[in-house]
Amino acid sequence: MRYVMVIDTNKCVGCSDCVVACQVENHVPMGYCRDWVVETVNGTYPSVSFEFRSERCNHCDNAPCVRTCPTGASHIIEGGIVLVTPEECIGCGACIESCPYDARYPHPEEGHVDKCTFCNHRLEKGELPACVSVCPTKCMYFGDLDDANSDVSKLLATRQHKVLAPEAGTKPRVYYLI
Amino acid sequence: MEEELFVSGRNLPHIDPNLELWGFPIAFYLFLGGLAAGILLFASTAVILEKEDKFPATARWAPLVVPLLLTVGLFALIVDLHHPLYSWQLYTTIRLESPMSWGAWVLLIVTPISYLWAFADLRILFPKLDWKFKVLYQIEDLVRKYRKVIAWILIPLCIILGIYTGILLSAFNARPLWNSAILGPLFLISGLSTAAAAIILLAKSHSESSLFSKIDIILIIIEIGLVIHLIMGYYSGTEMQVEAANILINGELSIMFFVFFILLGLIVPLVMEVFELLGTKIPVYIPAILVLIGGLIFRILMVEAGQLSRILY
Amino acid sequence: METTRRDFIKISSLGAGGVALTSTTIPLSGIFGKKKPALDDEKLTKIPTYCDICFWKCAAWAFVDATGKIRKLEGNKNDLLDRGRLCPRGTGGIGAYYDDDRLKTPLVRIEEDGEQVFKEASWEEALDLVANKMKEIKEKHGPESFALLKHGSPGKHFAHLFQAYGSNTIAEPAFAQCRGPRDVGFKLTFGKPPGSPENTDLRDAKCIVLIGSHIGENMHNSQVQELSDAIDKGVSIITVDPRLSTVANKSKFWLPIRPSTDMALLLSWMHVLIYEELYDKEYVEKNTTGFEELKKHVRQFTPEWAYPITDIKPEMIRKSAREMAISAPSTIVHPGRHVVWYGDDTQRSRAIAILNALLGSWGRRGGFYFSEKMRIPKYPQPPYPKPKWDAHTLSHHFPFANHGVTGDVIKASLIEKTKEHHVKAWMVAGTNLTKSVPERAVIESAINELEFLVVVDTMPMEITGYADVILPECTYLERYDQLRNSSWRTPSVALRMPAVKPKYQSKPAWWMAKQLGERLGLQDYFDYEDYEEVIKWQLEHVGTSLEEMKHLGVKNYDRRSKNLYMDEKATQKFKTPSGKIELYSQKLKDAGFEPFPVYKEHERPPKNYLRMIYGRAPMHTFSKTVNNPYLNELKNENLLWINPRVAKKWNLHYGQKVWLKNQDGVISTFPIKVRMTERIRWDSIYMVHGFGHNNKNLTRAYSKGASDTKLISKILTDPIMGGTGLRGNFVTILTEEPTKNIES
Repeated sequence: MRYVMVIDTNKCVGCSDCVVACQVENHVPMGYCRDWVVETVNGTYPSVSFEFRSERCNHCDNAPCVRTCPTGASHIIEGGIVLVTPEECIGCGACIESCPYDARYPHPEEGHVDKCTFCNHRLEKGELPACVSVCPTKCMYFGDLDDANSDVSKLLATRQHKVLAPEAGTKPRVYYLI
Repeated sequence: MEEELFVSGRNLPHIDPNLELWGFPIAFYLFLGGLAAGILLFASTAVILEKEDKFPATARWAPLVVPLLLTVGLFALIVDLHHPLYSWQLYTTIRLESPMSWGAWVLLIVTPISYLWAFADLRILFPKLDWKFKVLYQIEDLVRKYRKVIAWILIPLCIILGIYTGILLSAFNARPLWNSAILGPLFLISGLSTAAAAIILLAKSHSESSLFSKIDIILIIIEIGLVIHLIMGYYSGTEMQVEAANILINGELSIMFFVFFILLGLIVPLVMEVFELLGTKIPVYIPAILVLIGGLIFRILMVEAGQLSRILY
Repeated sequence: METTRRDFIKISSLGAGGVALTSTTIPLSGIFGKKKPALDDEKLTKIPTYCDICFWKCAAWAFVDATGKIRKLEGNKNDLLDRGRLCPRGTGGIGAYYDDDRLKTPLVRIEEDGEQVFKEASWEEALDLVANKMKEIKEKHGPESFALLKHGSPGKHFAHLFQAYGSNTIAEPAFAQCRGPRDVGFKLTFGKPPGSPENTDLRDAKCIVLIGSHIGENMHNSQVQELSDAIDKGVSIITVDPRLSTVANKSKFWLPIRPSTDMALLLSWMHVLIYEELYDKEYVEKNTTGFEELKKHVRQFTPEWAYPITDIKPEMIRKSAREMAISAPSTIVHPGRHVVWYGDDTQRSRAIAILNALLGSWGRRGGFYFSEKMRIPKYPQPPYPKPKWDAHTLSHHFPFANHGVTGDVIKASLIEKTKEHHVKAWMVAGTNLTKSVPERAVIESAINELEFLVVVDTMPMEITGYADVILPECTYLERYDQLRNSSWRTPSVALRMPAVKPKYQSKPAWWMAKQLGERLGLQDYFDYEDYEEVIKWQLEHVGTSLEEMKHLGVKNYDRRSKNLYMDEKATQKFKTPSGKIELYSQKLKDAGFEPFPVYKEHERPPKNYLRMIYGRAPMHTFSKTVNNPYLNELKNENLLWINPRVAKKWNLHYGQKVWLKNQDGVISTFPIKVRMTERIRWDSIYMVHGFGHNNKNLTRAYSKGASDTKLISKILTDPIMGGTGLRGNFVTILTEEPTKNIES
């Protein structure tokens, strides 16, 4: 099983429902976020276009955060989800320094490093991650890439897509349809 | 015009817009670690060559400072942790891919050895000292007896420790400025250079200080070579590496880099040490202090600039 | 009178007189205590509500934990409007409840040591005061002189009170400041306004034309969802906008038009559709009147004629018109929503309606469906007394104003403007008048002449600063309200019930209305102890029960009428005088207006000025959500969009703080940061509406960004229905902080 997220930038309107849903669902402390929305603009008026991207931890196959973690607090579980065990994390920041996506932060109150979990606690109940479940444009898809019949497999098989910073060699598992 | 902005989220403290997670404590820790590794390396070499008495500053006085350096260094590291109460977790596992884990374990071994090393020499340096407990004398005897063995053990450990201070940074390929294999040797050489400077400061005999002046000259020349190599490496790299190098060469940190590190930390002490060797009257502690300060500045620079550099996507 | 009677006093100055209100900022994470168990650790109870953060009213569940705290809000999957997905504002709706800047107790204006301050009052005290004033106004001037300016759910409860009291001097900014022109324009053409939610069949559209409409920036939930579905099905979108809006970026054709020239483009599109014979001939012949006149009327409006006016190349006009025709009748030329721009807005909406008629999209799949809502009986009550005059009387000079025009009610409060119908007192409920209505100076002088002003709100909005009495309303998560009865493809009812008890001393609007009613001897109109009884009674009359609705949240019903779309075989009857779609409007002609839309040139920006365009951000509703802790996290200020070439000329840099000055010398209270972006035309600037709050009690929103409303001092009035055109204002950029203009 390999969980991946596929985000259709052609449908995303940058509304940031994913951000607030995550904040509420996961009690992300105020002033922090586990996911966020980027806008990139290219061209010159009127030949101009832009892209909205909802970004988060990429749950990389070759996760530098897991490699650089000195205690094993950052680890990969079944399905390829990268998690942090708060009780094992010393808050050294090595994983934060090693993440090309700046997807991690030290929890301001509790000290351990925090980040997107793909809403593992919801997956266990058979629910989708909070961000995916609220998206009004349904531009976010979540599923098992090892299952050829899943939405995500079909989309990646038929649609042009990209990942962020492939040159970092992290093998990210959040895909963007373009 | 190209434009990139956050629609929502981000603005994480110490992470946006630039990573500033690691600050002075980490740089200071890297500096102290490199300095300690260098001193112990020189001391071990002196012991193996049986030159303790000829070079007392190298073999006895400088190692006396090492436990302090390592303890302060570890303290600086723990101060920088966000979850310090859990730091014992470092010693529940050995993670070969994590330089931080390597460093933790090496320090766990080197620090007590450094205490023993210093302890065993205390009564040599301060003959009036008297241990109250018998067991302490026994320990002292044991250390003195196996001093050479300990020295042989220390040499690889200190090389690891010295290189580790660089590899700790270069393991993060998310930060283009750090992502260079030269960082390990460069930090080792720089650490040795600061150690040589420290020994010069502590040396009482002219022969010892002039030997280490010579060693330092060689180390500084190697270090300059490595720095040039490092910078050239960036410029022949990708766009993001070029941008990373520009933070040092042509950006907000370039005055710090060129004036305080390259000029005052490397070239000026080099020139002074050369002139001193050629007979010009120059107090040896001036270049030594410059080298030490330069070494610290170099680490501050690398920690800060590295976090400013990022992968572009 | 030398000094103004009603200085703008802020509730924060209350420390001088009454009891200080605490307004510490507790970090929201603190709400849940230090250690927060994961959501699924606890059993959560689901309580039905429908969202009140905007007017779309999506049905939702409030999840309440064992300690009685609201943990999250989720959409109700039974609801066809949101299909289980709330928008960011709905998801962040709990922030409205947790906002610690909320109004907490009734406040009464008193004079102390020659200074006006607010004093905390008991409900008894405050309600007595309001009721006595209502009696006094009734005796002295007649009940009609007490006006209600309202919006949303609380407004409806007070409208009931006011009508029982004898006043129908009721207006809401949603008409003359928002969708009025399009409702009038569509009604004149099709006999029916598009309604809210609009009857646009976006889901099945093959071509969607957006002209000054910004789906995705406005977060009208079902429209965003259906647009997204349509994108999946390969819809082609045509967007007319001087700005590369979110949806313009997703469009097959983006027409970056010169602002204020939309009418020329619309006329030119009609020309192409008619003269290239692309229009739906059968539909037009069968269902419309006045086609031949229209054909004659638009003959001259060739794309070549429109090009120098609109900056849109003739080829683009032709291609986009053909694109519409290929997909017709599944082509929607969207009616838009906030359409008060240049004062000829009813006519422009007419042009949009005519275009839809030519494409045959009204009553067709993928065009406009025939919406239906429930027939919910009214809870028994005596008939309302008939007022001698009402809001319509005040707007008699606007023959097609079928709702109260806020501006006319405001003007009727000015002595010099009023002879017989003088408004003496206001209740303002659920609308932050100074931020939702332009012409601040007029509002302020009207308020200054009022005998009494009572404001009902959940938050210390700017308008509360002018009040004599402030009544704190609880949020939608703490109260019952009317059943939701949305017009849609199929009818439905949705329940809003309290998920938790009201925080602080806030109270539901129905309770305030009932309390006031009883004090005024109108208890027969409020024949219930709790509004729950009303809901219960109504639900039982639509074949369900409160118990069932507590489990369902929303109940969907079958349509009463057979057809969602036009029956192609039968003759469709339209509610117009002719019974047909009126391309030619005799009604307009009879009232002395143009029977067909015509292009009129509007003023262009003077030298060194740029046209001010404002719009919406998907995470905020007008000015009312900026202080919501969750939504403020998403976006806490607006930015000044300016084309990089213009910015270079003005020597501006990204993120620089600047002030704006409009053509009448009005200067923004707070600075706004420059966003140099290629997404905006060189002759305009753009900013998101609703920022630049100047009430310090809104601790998160205060001083963040600039207020577009403040900079709108010039109104282009629509003579047909009284709409207030807001897009005729121009601004210039000040890089130095202007001499103190911070409002006291």
